[in-house]
Amino acid sequence: MKQQELTCIGCPLGCTVTVTTNDLPGPDGENILSVTGNTCPRGDSYARKEVTCPTRIVTSTVRVRGGTSPLVNVKTASAIPRDKIFDCMNAIKDVTVTAPVHIGDRILSNVAGTDVDVVAARNIPSAEV
Amino acid sequence: MILPPLFSFRISCEKENHTMYDIAIIGAGVTGCAIARELSRYDASVCVLERGEDVCCGTSKANSAILHAGFDAAPGSLKAEFNVRGNAMMDALCEELDIPLKRNGALVVCTKEEDRPALAQLLDRGVTNGVSGLRIIERNELIRMEPSVSDDAVCALYAPGSGIVCPFEMTIAFAENACANGVSFFRDTEVLSLHRTTEAGGGYEIRTVRTGTETEHIFTAKIIVNAAGVYADRFNNQVSSRHLHITARRGEYFLLDKTAGSHVSRTIFQLPSAMGKGVLVTPTVHGNLLIGPTAGDVEDKEAVNTTQSGLSALTASCARSVKDIPLRQVITSFAGLRAHEEGGDFIVGEASDAPGFINAAGIESPGLTSAPAIAERVAAIAKDLLSLREKADFIPVRRGILRPQTLTMEERSALIRRHPEYGAIVCRCEMISEGEILDAIRRPLGARSLDAVKRRTRAGMGRCQSGFCSPRTMELLAREVPMAVTEITKSGAGSAILTGVPPKPQKDGKE
Amino acid sequence: MKNHDLVIIGGGPAGLAAAVSAKDHGIDDIVIIERDKEPGGILNQCIHNGFGLHTFGEELTGPEYADRFICQTAARKITCQLNTMVMDLKAGPDFKTVTAINRKDGIFQIHAKAVILAMGCRERPRGALNIPGTRPAGIFSAGTAQRLVNMEGLMPGREVVILGSGDIGLIMARRMTLEGAHVSVVAELQPYSGGLKRNIVQCLNDFGIPLKLSHTVTDIEGTDRLCAVTIAQAGPDGRPVPGSETRYPCDTLLLSCGLIPENELTRGAGIRIDPVTQGPVVSDSLETSAEGIFACGNVLHVHDLVDYVSLEAAAAGKNAARYIRGGRSAAGGTIAIRPENGVRYTVPAFISPDGTDETVTVRFRVDRIYRNHTIAVYFDNTPVSRRKRPVMAPGEMEQVILDRKKLAASPDLHSVTIRIEAPA
Repeated sequence: MKQQELTCIGCPLGCTVTVTTNDLPGPDGENILSVTGNTCPRGDSYARKEVTCPTRIVTSTVRVRGGTSPLVNVKTASAIPRDKIFDCMNAIKDVTVTAPVHIGDRILSNVAGTDVDVVAARNIPSAEV
Repeated sequence: MILPPLFSFRISCEKENHTMYDIAIIGAGVTGCAIARELSRYDASVCVLERGEDVCCGTSKANSAILHAGFDAAPGSLKAEFNVRGNAMMDALCEELDIPLKRNGALVVCTKEEDRPALAQLLDRGVTNGVSGLRIIERNELIRMEPSVSDDAVCALYAPGSGIVCPFEMTIAFAENACANGVSFFRDTEVLSLHRTTEAGGGYEIRTVRTGTETEHIFTAKIIVNAAGVYADRFNNQVSSRHLHITARRGEYFLLDKTAGSHVSRTIFQLPSAMGKGVLVTPTVHGNLLIGPTAGDVEDKEAVNTTQSGLSALTASCARSVKDIPLRQVITSFAGLRAHEEGGDFIVGEASDAPGFINAAGIESPGLTSAPAIAERVAAIAKDLLSLREKADFIPVRRGILRPQTLTMEERSALIRRHPEYGAIVCRCEMISEGEILDAIRRPLGARSLDAVKRRTRAGMGRCQSGFCSPRTMELLAREVPMAVTEITKSGAGSAILTGVPPKPQKDGKE
Repeated sequence: MKNHDLVIIGGGPAGLAAAVSAKDHGIDDIVIIERDKEPGGILNQCIHNGFGLHTFGEELTGPEYADRFICQTAARKITCQLNTMVMDLKAGPDFKTVTAINRKDGIFQIHAKAVILAMGCRERPRGALNIPGTRPAGIFSAGTAQRLVNMEGLMPGREVVILGSGDIGLIMARRMTLEGAHVSVVAELQPYSGGLKRNIVQCLNDFGIPLKLSHTVTDIEGTDRLCAVTIAQAGPDGRPVPGSETRYPCDTLLLSCGLIPENELTRGAGIRIDPVTQGPVVSDSLETSAEGIFACGNVLHVHDLVDYVSLEAAAAGKNAARYIRGGRSAAGGTIAIRPENGVRYTVPAFISPDGTDETVTVRFRVDRIYRNHTIAVYFDNTPVSRRKRPVMAPGEMEQVILDRKKLAASPDLHSVTIRIEAPA
C-alpha cells in the first residue's frame, strides 16, 4: 500500500487529499483504494487523475528569424504527461522559425512522442526590411 | 588590455608596456577628478588611474550630496579652510561645468533647551571659520520655514549658504572637462604598488593591473597625486615613512521617492549630542528625500553593504529632527565609506620625505564641498615642482548631457524633430529619453555599464529602480559600445547582468 | 492641439477592453496611447497558460488573451498610438488635457472629453523592501526576469532564490527551471502564499521547489555579482528570528513582493488616491474624483485574474461613453462603501444613487485567510445579505453584487458596510 498527499487545485480551498493505492501497476486507476481529505467531488477526480496520469500544458519560446521580435512563445496544443515536460523542453529548445508566425502555426509535431503538437501562441509579423 | 586614452597627444614618452606621464593621479573620485581638471590648465601630461570601471565609483557616489556651509569643522583645520573656500568657488564652477546646484540652506535643529549652548558654540565656530549669514532662529520662525520639523525643536542654527549638489554629476563633470583638456583616464586600472625610481630626476614607477584580469602595466610619473580614498594610506605608506592610517567609516542611507521630496525644503541636521552626531534629512537636487548617514567603522574597506542594525538606527534617528517622514516611500537604501584619517583632518600636501608625492588623503566630509579648493592647492604644488605654465587653449566650459526636461515644449519638439531619439522615453519613472542615454554612452569617458548610465542620466534611479528600463538600456549599450548583451555589467568586471545559460542555438524548425 | 472624445492611457488588457466597450456604446473618436511598441501590455511576457477561463471559456496564454482584444480593437478600427508616453494629465470640466511624447510628433497635447486611466502597475523593487546587504548584479524583480527570458531570450542566472510567492514569482520559478536554472527555494514573508494554489502545485511541487512560508531574506552578499542570500524565519512581528538563518549560495535573486498601481499621472492631475489600494478613489461608475476621468484594471487596484480586469474595463468604457454622450458626471455619489472587519478596501469606494445599472459590483480583498466565514453586507446598520465562503485569501479578489432596486428602496441610505464575519 502506498499513500500520496496532494494539494487540490480545484479552488482556493486547496484541500490536502490523500490517495491510497495498492502496489500493483494500474494505469487506469483501478489500483486506487481510497481518496480522502477532499471536500467536494472535484477533489476526488482531480486526485485520481494526478495519481494515475498527471498532465500539463507546457509553454516556452522559440527563436524567430526575420521577425519583429526575436522570440515567439509556443505551447503544447493540449496537456502532455507531466514526466514528458523536460523531453518536450529539449525538443523545443533548438528550434528556430522564420517570420511571419501566426497563432496556431504548428512548430513541432508529436513532441517527445506524446502525439501532441507544439503550436505558436503569438503572432510575429516579418520585420520590415 | 589598457583602454586607449581618448587624448594621447600629451603622453611624453611611450615604451613597450610602460607609459610615462608628468603627473599620475590615483583615484577618479571627486577629489582626483577635481585635481585632474585643475591640472589640465597646465602644459603637463596628466593621467588618472582608476580601479573602477567608471569615475565616481567609491565614496563619491555614496554620500550626503551636501554643499556644506563650513560651520562644522574645527577652526584652523584644513577641513575648515577648504570647506569655506570650496563653498565659495561652487557657484561659478557649477555654472562653468553645468552641474546642478541648489543653495537650499541648512538648519541645525536643537531639540533640548539645555543644548542651546552647544548651538551657540556651533555658530561661533562658523563665524570663526568665515561662514557668512549664520544666525540662530527660534521655534516660531523655524516652524514657518520647515513645518515638518520635530515637535521637540526649540531653535536652530540657520546656514543660508548650505546647498545640495549631485555628486555624480560633479565628479563626471570634472572628469569630462579634464579629459577635454587632454588628461588621460585609465579606468579598470588598479594600482598595485608604487616605488621611487632610481633614475636621475626622480619620479615614481606605478605597477597596475587591469581590473578583473592579470594583465599588468607600468606607468611612470614625475609626480603622483594620491587621491585613493579609503586606500590612500596604503599608497602613502609605500613611499613615505610618515605613515597614514585611514579607517573606512560606513554610512548608511535611505533614499525616498520624489513624492516625499518636499517633506523638508532645507537640509536638516541634528545638533550633535550625547546621542551621537545624528542623521540629516535633506531634499536632493533632483527632488528626492535623503536620510543618513549612520557612522560605524568597518575593517573591510569594501564593506559597502547596508545592515539591519544600520537601517533600524536610521529609522529611529531621523524622527528626532523631522516628524512624519513617509518611510514607506523608501526606494532604495545604500552605504558609503568615508576615508577617516586618524588625525581627523584632511591630509593635503607633498609628503615631507617623498618628493613629488602629493597627498589628497583622508578626504571625508566635507570632501565634496572641498574638492575644488583641494584641487587648487594640489595644482599649485605641482605647478611649483614642475614649473608648469598655463595653456592658452584651456577649455573651462563643459556642457552636461542635454536635459530635455529643462526645455520648453516648443524647444523640446524642435529637438525631437532633429533627433527623434529624444522623443522615446526609456526610463518612465525619471522620464529619461533614449537621446540622453545615447549621449551618456557616446560622450568622452562614456558609460559602459548600467550603473554608469544611471549616474549620468538618472535612468533607473527612480521608483521602480530600473525594473522597466534596464532591458532597453542594455539593448542600447550593446548596440552602441558595441558589446554582446551578455558582457554588459551592472558596475564593471564581475558584475555581469546575465549569467544564465547561453542563448539558444539556432536550428531550423516550423513545419 | 488635437481633439478626441476619449483618450485611453495604456494599451494593456484594461485599455483594450475599455476601448472596445466604449466603441460598442457609441463612441467613435477614441485613441489608445501605449508606451510600448505593441499593444497587450504585460500579457505579452506572460507566456504561461491559464488566462481567459472566465471570459472565453478556454485556457489561453497571455499573448493569446491579448490578441483576442487586439483583434477586437482592430475590427472596430480603434486607433492605438504606440511608442508614445503620456507625460502629463490635467483635469477640467470641459475637457482634459493629455500631454504626450513620441519620436514622430515630438511633444503634443490632446483635448479629450473623457479619459480612461489604464496604466497598470509596477513591481515593488528591492529598495522598498529594506533588505540589508550589498547591491550586486543579479537581483531582479520577477517581472523584469520574465521579460528578459520570455521576450529577449536572455537568462539572468543559473542558481536562483525567489523572495515572495506572488504568482509572478511562482511562474518564474517554473520558467527558470524549464530553461535550465536551479531554483533552490521560494521564501514568503507571510504565513500564506499570495499566489494561486494551482501555481504552487504546478510551478513548485512539480519540480520539487520548496516554499518556505513566514521566511524572508535578511542579508545579500556579493560585491560584484550576487553570491549568496541569507533566509531567516520571520516572527509574528515580521522580524527575523535569531538563529533561524540559512545561507543559500546563489547568483540570482528574484523578487515577487507585491505590485503597486502606477498612478504618477493620476497624482499629477490632483486625483484622490486611496491609501490602501494606491489607486484612485472611484464611484460605482469607475469615475475618479476628477469629472470625466475613469480608471480600470491594475492602475485602479491590483487584480488576481485578467478576466476581472476585462470586465471592469468594459464597465469603465461604457460609463465613459455615457459621460461623453450625456456630458454630465455621475459623480457626487453620497453612499459610501465602508470596508470593515477584514475587508481591506472596496472598489468602488462609493455609490452614486442616481446610477442606472441594475447592479453594482463591489470588488475587495481580505486581510488574511478566512475559513468558513461570511461576507456580510449592511445598509447603514441593517443587515441585507450574508454569503458564506469556505475560504477567502488575500491573494484572491472577492466581490459583492448589490441590487440597484434595493439601493433605491432605501432613499436615506448613507453607507453600505461590507464585513467578514465569523460563523454564528
